[in-house]
Amino acid sequence: MELWFSENHTEDVKLSLRVNRQLYSKRSDYQRIDVFDTPEFGRVLALDGNIMLTERDEFIYDEMIVHVPMAVHPGIAKVLVIGAGDGGVVRELTRYEQIKRIDLVEMDELVVEACRQYLPDNACRLDDERVHIYFENGLKFIRRCEEEYDLIIVDSNDPFGPSEGLFTREFYGNCYKALKKDGIMVNQQGSPFYAEDAHAMQRSHKRIASTFPISRVYQAHIPTYAAGYWLFGFASKKFHPIDDLDSTAWNAHHLRTRYYTTRLHVGAFYLPAFLERMLEEVE
Amino acid sequence: MGISTFALDQNRAPIHEALEQFRRIRVVPFDVPGHKRGRGNPELTAFLGHQCVGVDVNSMKPLDNLCHPVSVIREAEQLAADAFGAAQAFLMVGGTTSAVQSMVLSVCKRGDEIILPRNVHRSVINALVLCGAVPVYINPEVDTRLGISLGMKREQVAKAIAAHPRAVAVLVNNPTYYGICSDLREIVRMVHAAGMLCLADEAHGTHFYFGKNFPVSAMAAGADMSAVSMHKSGGSLTQSSLLLTGPNIHAGYVRQIINLTQTTSGSYLLMSSLDISRRNLALRGMKIFERVRMLAEYARSEINLIGGYDAFGQELVDKDAIYAFDPTKLSIHTREIGLAGIEVYDILRDDYDIQIEFGDIGNILAYLSIGDRVQEVERLVSALAEIRRRFQRDPRGMLSQEYIDPEVVATPQEAFYAEKISLPLRETEGRICSEFVMCYPPGIPILAPGEKITPEILDYIEYAKAKGCSMTGPEDPNIERLNVLQ
Repeated sequence: MELWFSENHTEDVKLSLRVNRQLYSKRSDYQRIDVFDTPEFGRVLALDGNIMLTERDEFIYDEMIVHVPMAVHPGIAKVLVIGAGDGGVVRELTRYEQIKRIDLVEMDELVVEACRQYLPDNACRLDDERVHIYFENGLKFIRRCEEEYDLIIVDSNDPFGPSEGLFTREFYGNCYKALKKDGIMVNQQGSPFYAEDAHAMQRSHKRIASTFPISRVYQAHIPTYAAGYWLFGFASKKFHPIDDLDSTAWNAHHLRTRYYTTRLHVGAFYLPAFLERMLEEVE
Repeated sequence: MGISTFALDQNRAPIHEALEQFRRIRVVPFDVPGHKRGRGNPELTAFLGHQCVGVDVNSMKPLDNLCHPVSVIREAEQLAADAFGAAQAFLMVGGTTSAVQSMVLSVCKRGDEIILPRNVHRSVINALVLCGAVPVYINPEVDTRLGISLGMKREQVAKAIAAHPRAVAVLVNNPTYYGICSDLREIVRMVHAAGMLCLADEAHGTHFYFGKNFPVSAMAAGADMSAVSMHKSGGSLTQSSLLLTGPNIHAGYVRQIINLTQTTSGSYLLMSSLDISRRNLALRGMKIFERVRMLAEYARSEINLIGGYDAFGQELVDKDAIYAFDPTKLSIHTREIGLAGIEVYDILRDDYDIQIEFGDIGNILAYLSIGDRVQEVERLVSALAEIRRRFQRDPRGMLSQEYIDPEVVATPQEAFYAEKISLPLRETEGRICSEFVMCYPPGIPILAPGEKITPEILDYIEYAKAKGCSMTGPEDPNIERLNVLQ
């Protein structure tokens, strides 16, 4: 018997993973949540049929979205994470002693429940005493915050589903307001390769660039995401992602990572020509 | 009110069922429309879909005829009447404008007086241009802080009836665009006691028929006719509407009046959308609109937390000029943040990709209905918070007035058809206007044919233009000149 999970990356391209068995499937108020066990990628979390993470390659995403800002802003103590109910981002953040408080805002309680049960390597630090979980709409949560956070990490899923609100100008504007004067916002910025994704990426970059004085894009290679090629946005009120990189300070933490290094940090901001042009078009 | 209170089986949708049946038997079309189920217009079919163009068909025996319904359309109308508590319902395919006009034309003839508030939709005054009836305006109360016109006070209606005992009807907005209702039950009582008819413009009140926390509907209040915009809060396709009548109205005559101006090629897309929407509202409307009401209440409380904005609601109710408030209307006063409503309206669209219903001088209106979800409400609230953060300024010097008392010098029909000349805007002061001037939406005339042009009205027009209101009505599309009586 052959059992395969497929995700359409475009109408004409799909990625398929062989499945050993399905571990979880539920429909929440917002989306359908599935966890599969696969031979190549281990356990896989899919929301509305889109892969959110796999055990095999989640480290790339979670390291890149956390360590890049942490290596730039030495004083990060209070962090807001929006989305990311799987816990991978929180796990990376809790490795820093300097961080005193992490607020995690996840719209869908069932995602956290599923990950606690089936993705323990991601959810393992959700019970850290510095972590406060709010099951709420991210847009609503952040409206009430003013100059509160050093770092905001926006770990949303794609912009065509229930996370649409996290790709809007009103959301980025409210993030700006919620950040301290030297705060940083990092967001997952989608993929620049397929046309529909590229268009969404340009739109959100345009909105961020018109909200923050510093707005740069960096990249990573993540096999199970569309085209295997993923972008992050680095937006900031004060710190520049390369000029203000403090390699010595970061390496003094002695964190063992599998993807991120301070050398890769600089390289990740050097983008291919087609992408540079795409970004310039909307800046 | 539950499903069981209906006399007919509201699970039925006769037009919808007949179209499904029609599709199955694959009739060969040698009649109009000429696109022949879309084959003759592949680009249109690709755009709208087979499903849609396949039922864009003509009147025929199995599908009945809107001009003289005897089978499925008649059944659909009976079901609609049952669902809305009316004696008779008419499916309308020319928008609620056609429903309002048919209502007025059914009760007024040339020279008849009709009592109405001045903040009516242009379609009402259009009907007066057509039939030559004489408007007797009741000046609505105005909330000077919000700058919006309210409902009619009972006392004013009584005064107007006493002063014009030969008037044939009184027309009531139920509710206004902003959601404000007059004391409809009491007005109906006074009007009937004077031997007149009561008409209701319920373009914004479809949901009143399907909820316990809403102001009274026209049919429940005993009104004689009502124009109901099913396509607004009811969920049917744009341009579809209902005209309802009570037991005192001769339905055959109303049908004749409707047929004076209505198309003989009524669209089955529109009619089936009315049929399906009526079924939905009858079966699930109570639950649906309770959700809409809760969503609006939530939005109001969140918006009022931002500061500066006033998302007003039930607290305005004074049991007279604001007898009741429609809790699904999300009207927001913006002047305290130093922005005209129309400016907020434009920023929402240009910067945040959010389209709201309208913005006027001091307010915006976001239309919540059957299709809204909390995610989108969060976006609207957050965008408003951002607009305040980015654009707030000193509100001093901003115009607030929304309503200017008109002086009616000629009937709308006389003025519209009179010999006229075109003058530059500022030179029209003191003349009699022969055309409409309005911001659209909301489509409530600033000037109607037959009204005297005052300096305040000219100031208002210029201010509204400068703030970016989209002005319509006059022959001159740029509203730099107006037609006035010679």
